[in-house]
Amino acid sequence: MGMTMTQKILAAHAGLKEVKAGQLIEADLDLVLGNDITSPVAIKEMEKMKTEGVFHKDKIALVPDHFVPNKDIKSAEHCKCVRQFARKNEITNYFEVGEMGIEHALLPEKGLTVPGDVIIGADSHTCTYGAVGAFSTGIGSTDMAAGMATGKAWFKVPSALKFVLTGKPAPWISGKDIILHIIGMIGVDGALYKSMEFVGDGIAHLTMDDRFTIANMAIEAGGKNGIFPVDDKTIAYLKEHTSREYKVYEADEDAVYDEVYTIELDKLKPTVAFPHLPENTKTIDEVGDIAIDQVVIGSCTNGRIDDMRIAAKILEGKHVAPGMRCIIIPATQKIYLQAMEEGLLKIFIEAGAVVSTPTCGPCLGGYMGILAEGEKCVSTTNRNFVGRMGHVNSEIYLASPAVAAASAITGKISGPEA
Amino acid sequence: MKACGTVFKYGDNVDTDVIIPARYLNSSDPAELAQHCMEDIDADFVKNVKKGDIIVANKNFGCGSSREHAPIAIKASGVSCVIADTFARIFYRNAINIGLPIIECPEAAKEIQAGDEVEIDFDSGIIVDKTLNKSFEGQAFPEFMQKIIAAEGLINYINEKG
Repeated sequence: MGMTMTQKILAAHAGLKEVKAGQLIEADLDLVLGNDITSPVAIKEMEKMKTEGVFHKDKIALVPDHFVPNKDIKSAEHCKCVRQFARKNEITNYFEVGEMGIEHALLPEKGLTVPGDVIIGADSHTCTYGAVGAFSTGIGSTDMAAGMATGKAWFKVPSALKFVLTGKPAPWISGKDIILHIIGMIGVDGALYKSMEFVGDGIAHLTMDDRFTIANMAIEAGGKNGIFPVDDKTIAYLKEHTSREYKVYEADEDAVYDEVYTIELDKLKPTVAFPHLPENTKTIDEVGDIAIDQVVIGSCTNGRIDDMRIAAKILEGKHVAPGMRCIIIPATQKIYLQAMEEGLLKIFIEAGAVVSTPTCGPCLGGYMGILAEGEKCVSTTNRNFVGRMGHVNSEIYLASPAVAAASAITGKISGPEA
Repeated sequence: MKACGTVFKYGDNVDTDVIIPARYLNSSDPAELAQHCMEDIDADFVKNVKKGDIIVANKNFGCGSSREHAPIAIKASGVSCVIADTFARIFYRNAINIGLPIIECPEAAKEIQAGDEVEIDFDSGIIVDKTLNKSFEGQAFPEFMQKIIAAEGLINYINEKG
C-alpha cells in the first residue's frame, strides 16, 4: 500500500521503510519550537528531568512573540525565563526583540524549515511549515520539554484528506479565502487527527505566502498537519532563504486517502468566517450590512509581505472610515523593512492606519487592539472564538487582507471591489 | 483508579480560549490559572466546582491553541476527569502529559446531564451515571497512562521510571 507525503516523512524519521495510518512511532526531530507563553512551562518541566541540557543547540528555536515587546511585568518575567534558558543552553536560534518576528513567519524566513523536516512546536500554528513540504505539528509544553531533551517525539501516524486545487484563483482570491472555504466545507473538526495534503495544478498559481496561510490554518479544521508538494516556487524560496540541505518527499501514486475534495479556485469568492467559529463561513456577497469598529491585518496567518502589498494596494490614496481603528502588523522585522522600502508603510499611515512592531498581540487578545463589549472586528488572524480578541461579547470576522483593508475604508464588511 | 463527582456539561468545540483566556496567560501558575478556568463560557464554574467534579462535553473538546495551561487550569480547579465525544488532538496529548484523565465516549457525552453524579473506573473504562442509573463503556486506560496520571504527569513518570 502506498504512503502519503506525510507518512513518508514520518517513516524516514522513524527509521522505518513503511508506516501505516494508526501506527505509533518514535521520530527524530529536526526542530523544536517554543514561544514566550509555552516555553516557560516547558523549561520548568525540563528542569525536573534528570537530563543534561538540550539535545542539540542548533535544533531548538525560541521566539518570544506573543506578549512581546513585554506587555506587563508577568510577561517580562516569562521572557526573562526564556532568555536565561537560551543563554545557559547556548541556543543558536533565540530571537530577541529587534530580530524577532511572529514565529511562523520568522522561521521559514530564517531558513530553519526545509522540505522533509519533522518539526514540533509548542504553538498550534506550527503546522505552517507544511507550505515548504515539511511535516510540522503543534504540541504542548511537556512534549516540547521532552523534545528539547531527547530530540525525539512519539506520533500516531495520521491518515489523510486530499485537497485537489484546480485552476487559477479568481481575482482577489488569496490563500486565506481558500482555507476559509475549506474549513467552511469540512468543519472545525473535519480533519481531526488527520493530515491535509494539498495537490493539483492550482498550486502553481499560489505564492509561497498563500501556501503558508493555507497550511497555517490546517489546525482550524482540527488537522494534525497541512502539507504542500515541493515545486519550482518552493525551490526558489528555499534558494533565497536557506543553505540547509533537504530531501523532497512525494506521496505515492497509490497512497490511500480518507476523502478527496476538489476545490475549483476560479470559482471561489472572497470568504469571511463569522463569529464564533472559523467554520461559519459566508461568501462576501452573502455577508449583509455589518458595521465594524476595528480591522487587524497581521498575525502568523496573514502578516507576510504579500499581505502587506495587497492591503496597500487597496488603501493607497484612500482613508479609513471615521472612527475606524485599523491596526497593521508586519510579522517580522524583514517584512517591516521591506514594507518600508516599498513605500507601503507610508500608504498605511496616510490612510489613517497604525503600524506596529511584530507581535501576536491582538490575535489572541493579549494587547495592541483589544475589543470592548459589543465591538466588531474584521481580522486577518485565524480564530474567532468567544472572547478571543477581548470582551466575551465582542465579535471577530476572519477574512483576507483584501477584505480587511476594504472593510477599513467603508466601515463595514466589504469586498475589495466595493 | 476511580473518579467520582458532579457533572458540568458543555457543548461542541469548547476551545482552549474559553477554557483559559489568553489574557491570563501571562501566568503559568496552576492555582492562578484555575481561578479563571472556563470563565468565558461559564462564569459560575469556578464558584461551583468542587474537588473530584467531572466535565462532560460533546465533540472536539479543547480545540484551538496548544496552550498546556488549558488542561492545567482544569486539573488545578479540582476536576478529576473530562469525558467528551471527541477531543482535539493537541489537547488530548497535553491532558495525558500533565496527568489529567480524559475519556472519549460518545454515548456518555450525549446522555449524561449537568448535575448528574458520575463515577468512572479507569481500569475498565466503565462510566456510571448514578443519577440516571445508567452505565457507559469508555476506553480503558492502559497501565502506562494510569501510571502517568498517578505520577501527575509525563515528566515525573519518566523520572520515576529512571
